[in-house]
Amino acid sequence: MAVKVQIPTPMRPHTGNLPTVDVSAATAGEALRELCKLHPAMEQRLFDNGQLRRFVNIFINDEDIRYLENLDTKIKDSDDLAIIPAVAGG
Amino acid sequence: MSTSFVRGMKCRLCAKIYPVTPVNFCQDDFGPLEIDYDYDAIRAVLSKEKLEARSFNMWRYQELLPTDGEPTVGLHVGGTPLVKACRLGQALGFNNLWVKNDAVNFPTLSFKDRVVAVALSKAKEFGLTTVGCASTGNLANSVASIAASAGLKSFIFIPADLEKAKVLGTSVYGAQVIGVKGTYDEVNRLCTQVAFKYGWGFVNINLRPFYAEGSKSMGFEIAEQLGWRTPAQVVVPMAGGALIGKISKGFHELHRIGLLHDAPTTKFFGAQASGCSPISTAVKNGWDSHRPVRKPNTICKSLAIGDPADGYFAGKLIRESGGWAEDVSDDEIRDAMILLAQTEGIFAETAGGVTVAAAMKLLQQGKMDADAETVLCITGNGLKTSEAMANKVPEPVVIGTSLQEFEAIHQGHREPALA
Repeated sequence: MAVKVQIPTPMRPHTGNLPTVDVSAATAGEALRELCKLHPAMEQRLFDNGQLRRFVNIFINDEDIRYLENLDTKIKDSDDLAIIPAVAGG
Repeated sequence: MSTSFVRGMKCRLCAKIYPVTPVNFCQDDFGPLEIDYDYDAIRAVLSKEKLEARSFNMWRYQELLPTDGEPTVGLHVGGTPLVKACRLGQALGFNNLWVKNDAVNFPTLSFKDRVVAVALSKAKEFGLTTVGCASTGNLANSVASIAASAGLKSFIFIPADLEKAKVLGTSVYGAQVIGVKGTYDEVNRLCTQVAFKYGWGFVNINLRPFYAEGSKSMGFEIAEQLGWRTPAQVVVPMAGGALIGKISKGFHELHRIGLLHDAPTTKFFGAQASGCSPISTAVKNGWDSHRPVRKPNTICKSLAIGDPADGYFAGKLIRESGGWAEDVSDDEIRDAMILLAQTEGIFAETAGGVTVAAAMKLLQQGKMDADAETVLCITGNGLKTSEAMANKVPEPVVIGTSLQEFEAIHQGHREPALA
């Protein structure tokens, strides 16, 4: 499935300044792994020992994947996947 | 010339240092950035005498706040009363109880004026002309008011179902108010996207490291008002979970710069509504991290944050300080609001009801000590959430203008209404 991954502005130096990265994936986790293949600097920023870091939130079409099936959440063609820093609000 | 004692911003996870810019997270691990001060330099210049000669508002602790020089907005924020609460103490069973009353904070009657004063002073320093926030109401009021006084344009994002008084108390200042059909957490996610896309100063997003520091002033004031010492127990309402940590940080900073003789040993107790209790649930279950709440459901909308940004740190502080956390039902919240009003004459918003009711529960459970000096943090004003009290207080008795009519009521079965 073709999916657009949104990169938060302060992290764009690690994606060649691209605001979005197009990948092909069946799940949220796969999409992030594909992103990291294309832009290896993102790997250690998103993951710690294979686990998504504590202050990274992932949304598929504006829904937090923790309310879906986490990294196993299925992706449909043309879905949007947004990487959102969690330290906001309150 | 800069009079700031800020050395930079430091990641709370990896300790990487960043220059002072409007960014809230570490670009290595997404960790929260926190202001890093030169405490030795502050210790050398700040004395109790110097500080006590200043006006009693939050800026008397200016050296411990992250503005670069003099603040430019929110100059009269803070300096709220610490009330000895004997009658409430008697009702709850506490023998040495105080209420820190930010329900009368200036200008918008909640503790949020403290954080906004810092955030918008920073926004001006950064040359930002448009500011905003994601808010459950109190922050909306404060950003709109202080932005208006500073001549800044503001975009305020709120869940569309907020209390009417909180919406009116935002729009009146000329802010662009956007009601979003979703939960606070959804509003917050949208604002994170807007903040970085448009480069605006969102006080609790890209200005969050500065914003959060403003909450320390509640801790500074409590310690100073107690005569430069810290209480044994503090009860704090938790939404995003930042305030409880910043009160603790404030106590420790005062000790570090030599204004407190003894190192703080305060136990921190967190209060939430049962309809949205990710942090208290995590504490009670011994979880390291909170589990987010998708659909909060409580009359206490100001605390209805299902995925608190500081949930992890709040839980850690509560455990490490020897405190605990509790959550309370909507009925318990309303009853506690009435109890606070009728014992101390303080009409707090629903979050105040949460704090009072949680303190009562924690004492009954033996988690709190009845004899230890205790401070309850009241963070917002009851007039903003009057809808929550519908049918809880009697309607006024209406009579004609004659003495006889009054006496008929007075000698009757019910007392004249208080309203």
